[in-house]
Amino acid sequence: MAAAPQTPLSAAETDVLETVAGTMIPEDAALGMPAADDPAILDDIVRSIGRDLPLVREALSAIVAKAGNGFADRDRDAREAVINDWYAGGGAPAAALGRVILSAYYRDDRVLVALGHEARSPFPKGYVLEQGDWSLLDAVRDRPPFWRDDRIVATGER
Amino acid sequence: MAANEKVDVLIIGSGASGAAVAWSLAETKMRILCLEQGDWMKPTDFPSNGRDWEARRYTDFEISPNRRGRETDYPVNDDNSLMKIANFNGVGGGTLIYTAHWPRMHPSDFKVKSLDGVADDWPVDYWALEKFYEENDRMMGVSGLAGDPGVPPRHPPMPPIGLGKTGTRYAQAMNRLGWHWWPSDTTIATTDYEGRAKCINLGHCTPGCAQGAKASTDITYWPLALRAGVELRTRCRVREITTDERGMAAGAIYYDVDGVEHFQPAEVVILACNGVGTPRLLLNSASAKFPKGLANSSGMVGRNLMLHPWPIVSGYVEEPMDGGRGPINCIWSKQFYETDPSRDFVRGYTLQFGRGTGPATQAVMGAASGLLPWGRDHHRRYAKMLDHRLSIGVACEDLPEEHNTVTLDPVLKDSNGIPAPKIDYTISENTRRMMEHGIARAEEILTEAGATDLFASRTALNYPGHLLGTARMGTDPKRSVVNEWGRSHDVKNLFIVDGSIWVTSGGVNPTSTIQALALYVADQMKQRLATLFD
Repeated sequence: MAAAPQTPLSAAETDVLETVAGTMIPEDAALGMPAADDPAILDDIVRSIGRDLPLVREALSAIVAKAGNGFADRDRDAREAVINDWYAGGGAPAAALGRVILSAYYRDDRVLVALGHEARSPFPKGYVLEQGDWSLLDAVRDRPPFWRDDRIVATGER
Repeated sequence: MAANEKVDVLIIGSGASGAAVAWSLAETKMRILCLEQGDWMKPTDFPSNGRDWEARRYTDFEISPNRRGRETDYPVNDDNSLMKIANFNGVGGGTLIYTAHWPRMHPSDFKVKSLDGVADDWPVDYWALEKFYEENDRMMGVSGLAGDPGVPPRHPPMPPIGLGKTGTRYAQAMNRLGWHWWPSDTTIATTDYEGRAKCINLGHCTPGCAQGAKASTDITYWPLALRAGVELRTRCRVREITTDERGMAAGAIYYDVDGVEHFQPAEVVILACNGVGTPRLLLNSASAKFPKGLANSSGMVGRNLMLHPWPIVSGYVEEPMDGGRGPINCIWSKQFYETDPSRDFVRGYTLQFGRGTGPATQAVMGAASGLLPWGRDHHRRYAKMLDHRLSIGVACEDLPEEHNTVTLDPVLKDSNGIPAPKIDYTISENTRRMMEHGIARAEEILTEAGATDLFASRTALNYPGHLLGTARMGTDPKRSVVNEWGRSHDVKNLFIVDGSIWVTSGGVNPTSTIQALALYVADQMKQRLATLFD
């Protein structure tokens, strides 16, 4: 049996994180996108906090404080407004919280498939990059050299 | 303290310049030792092997050593600088985490005083370095296309990376504007090359290439240098260069992985520690004979730091582009590189056109720019961003100013107790005008390409890790640290080959020129072996 994941946050902090994550990235069933408080994604978020733990804690506290300590009880519109308003001026804690949530969310298999991406690492399969239209370079090829040649003296000779 | 057997040449640092100078000097059959504070990296170490490939750009492959915090890193106090310091400590140094852009300096970059009346001319010119640029291109393996009218002739041994959808889009816009563009030179192999497999478009080149298609010196110069007899010792962190009673470098004191102190004697010492690490080491090597720091009678050690301000302007088009499925390197433009008297600044910049990013990186950047909201609109906006991004970097020439410095922090130390570097850096008015000019041109191009939601990032997150100018070359010992072939004016068996010897910065990625200069210095040393200390 696999060991239980190390949870760096307290139960109360995890509850706040769950509400915050689900508010920041809600489910969109029409697009096939789960919410960020989906259990598997939330577990990945919590596991990924790592070195950002102090900043994430600070971010969660700031959100709760901004909402007047009733963040989870607010309706969805109000929670979204709190987060969008806070995030713009939230500094390093906001950036860290956003980065942790987004990094975990946008590697979830269901999310990637819904976006039309393959749910895999880049290596070893790689990707195909088309050559594109090289005929566009013809217009540039005809241009004379225009870099400054420091060997050209006033007479124009090298 | 353990004492080691004396070597002929001791090189500190195994990155871009240390590897090149080691390989070049190997043919002399001297006993050469390189000390590197980092480890060897394995292709399996690099993030693109795993599903957490994007997240690791913010942890163990973060470009800032302060956040990365590996055992092999040293801290940098860059609080007093808008631009932060980027580097990597390992065999290959910064080449492990560079984007593999491979422009050369232009001839005019070496003559800024003569041509434009600013800063100083270099004591060497482009033409003295040209054959070393060519040699280095073959060693590192360059992909590109000859015939660019915007730069002097060069001969990339491999064809360029494909334009893709993104490059085609840029090219169409540039042609309509009548502005120069050309496929970027890069050290990403587009064919199998000297044991390296060709690029398979992992699209995540900066934090190491799992395929081995991106040239870093651990897979280019070092295998050849080691085969030729050079010794490379990892996890050795140098504290100071010591001197003897004659004022010559005697060797280096370093700590091994267990923290044990060693003394490594040497006939010649070569510093290859980058534009922050080298002045730090010289300043940490102060003694009664050299109270201001080693090789610092001019007072120029640590001054004139240049960091290359690098605005990035992005926008989004309706049609899907390449996204992160290919190297970020795409095309460049030299349209605004050379000085134009009609502008309100001197010197100029390269425009670098990038591809997109992976899904998580796109989301992080979108949130940081304020264009990607949280809540019910998140998915709708994000769908218009992923794989739709265009971005143009403005690689601005950063002119030297003595008040931009690397000094020793009075408090901060690394894990061995060695004083850490402190950065004091401001962006000059000339550079700010240049940045704004470049941002405006990039916005014109993106608009012409059909992009909307334009966003200009002026300094945040744009830290290219180009650490230049803090032990400058020159013929005047009162105004420079090393002479025109890299030897210290003060200590005649001490050489410097990294970016710290640059006099000015050009508006290009520096690795190609750093290595060409290292090969040039090595060549000068080989030509003068009998009189090296005269």
